[in-house]
Amino acid sequence: MNLVTPDLGLLFWTGLVFCLLLFVLTKYAWKPILNAVNTREQKITEALKLAEKTKAEMQVLKAENDQILKAARTERDQILKEAKEAANGMIEEAKGKAKVEAAKLVESARQNINSEKAAAMAELKNHVASLSLQIAEKVVRQELSSDDKQKALANQLAGEIKMN
Amino acid sequence: MQQVGKVSSLFKIIIFALSFLVYQPLANAAKEESFNVSEMIMHHINDAHEWHIAGPEHGGISLYLPVILLDNGLKTFSSKYFYHGKKCEVISKDGTTVHYMEGVGPAKGYALYHEEIYKLEKTNNSKGQSVYILKFHGEHPENSPTLDFSITKNVASLFIGALLIIILMLRMARFYRKNGAVAPSGIAKFLEPLIVVIRDDIAQENIGHGKHHKYVPYLITIFFFIWINNLLGLVPIFPGGANLTGNITITFFLALCTLFLTLFSSNKNYWKHIFATPGVPIALMPIMIPIEIVGIFTKPFALMIRLFANITAGHIIILALISIIFINKHIAWGALSVPMALFISCLEMLVAVLQAYLFALLSALFIGAAVEEAHH
Repeated sequence: MNLVTPDLGLLFWTGLVFCLLLFVLTKYAWKPILNAVNTREQKITEALKLAEKTKAEMQVLKAENDQILKAARTERDQILKEAKEAANGMIEEAKGKAKVEAAKLVESARQNINSEKAAAMAELKNHVASLSLQIAEKVVRQELSSDDKQKALANQLAGEIKMN
Repeated sequence: MQQVGKVSSLFKIIIFALSFLVYQPLANAAKEESFNVSEMIMHHINDAHEWHIAGPEHGGISLYLPVILLDNGLKTFSSKYFYHGKKCEVISKDGTTVHYMEGVGPAKGYALYHEEIYKLEKTNNSKGQSVYILKFHGEHPENSPTLDFSITKNVASLFIGALLIIILMLRMARFYRKNGAVAPSGIAKFLEPLIVVIRDDIAQENIGHGKHHKYVPYLITIFFFIWINNLLGLVPIFPGGANLTGNITITFFLALCTLFLTLFSSNKNYWKHIFATPGVPIALMPIMIPIEIVGIFTKPFALMIRLFANITAGHIIILALISIIFINKHIAWGALSVPMALFISCLEMLVAVLQAYLFALLSALFIGAAVEEAHH
């Protein structure tokens, strides 16, 4: 057989085999394979898109969360501040009230003491006066118990007058 | 460990196979006084009606393939009736001595000469007996060969290659059918990138978006057909070794397919470029039109010659390098010839895939030019 002349028999068999091969492979191999590959590629593209979308959503969600957290923190600080102020106010008020009360107590105590003191002084004075009277009575009785003594006293008194 | 075991057993098979390959010409060389390299090589790269497996050329292990003739009806018989037929020697008109094999038994009336089958003429010889003869003019028989649809070595190799491709691809398709659109594994993992490359880098790139889908199956088929058959041709033992993709008939058919596909998918714009090339003055048209028309055929013609020449050259180089040992008739030459043949074999593995890729790529390019829309 010549090297460069096409051979009819071989051409016939090649044509037959190649056409059958093309038909069988296209129907039973290439179509299912290419379909599967295409489907997978589509799936991957969709999955990537979804991932990108989810990522963006997550970002938004995270930003929102941050906002909420920040707001909560500010509110907490506010509440704490207010509570502290209220507590301080209450303490101040209580302190003022206590002071006033204490001052009142001291004042009333002083008044009590003063009135008690005055009463005691008055009683003491009365007592001293009656005691002095009793003593003076006793002394006078003593002085005027005898004539001599009456004379001496008269003299003395006269002397004093004279001297004056 | 199992992998290593597999590799080493594969290596043993290769060594075993190579010993067969070497044994065949060795036996020939031992038998014949002079070792005819060109005859051995031409015998290998041409088609044959038997598939020689091992041992000496005649009398070794051979697969006798069926002969199918269309000559007043279908005639089928084994080719052994030629190879084990009657050796004939005739002297042609200009004095050249030619040898051919005359068929016996069911092959009676036909002769095998240079692997072509000729019908013999029935005449009476000088003694009045009826004999079959084949008339020669120089080295060529006077009548043309009979219509021969035999399962030759190349046809058998074609069947094996096609079967191999179908098994591979159906296994791959079964994977997707079973598992759906998941990440590929096994055979699909290996073959899918190739299919995707053909779809994206060959079809889509050269034919254009949207239009390439219907050409993808053809391009993938042509790629795997050429590649698998190229590789089978490089296997030196029985199921391989036929010079199928280096046969002009095969490359002619494949180029014809691409030509027809180009012509049938061509649009107005394509023919306008041929018969009224834009920007060319009318005066030049008588030159341009024939050139463009010839151009339609030179493109697939180049496809045909490229594949044929590349694969045949590869086979010739490997055989020539191995022949060094038998020309010099000393095994020591193996130290030179074996590494060189090994190197060329590795190179041919690359050429096998490269030529398949090129054929598919250029086919896509031609189809792309035929379906391209006017862009000016």
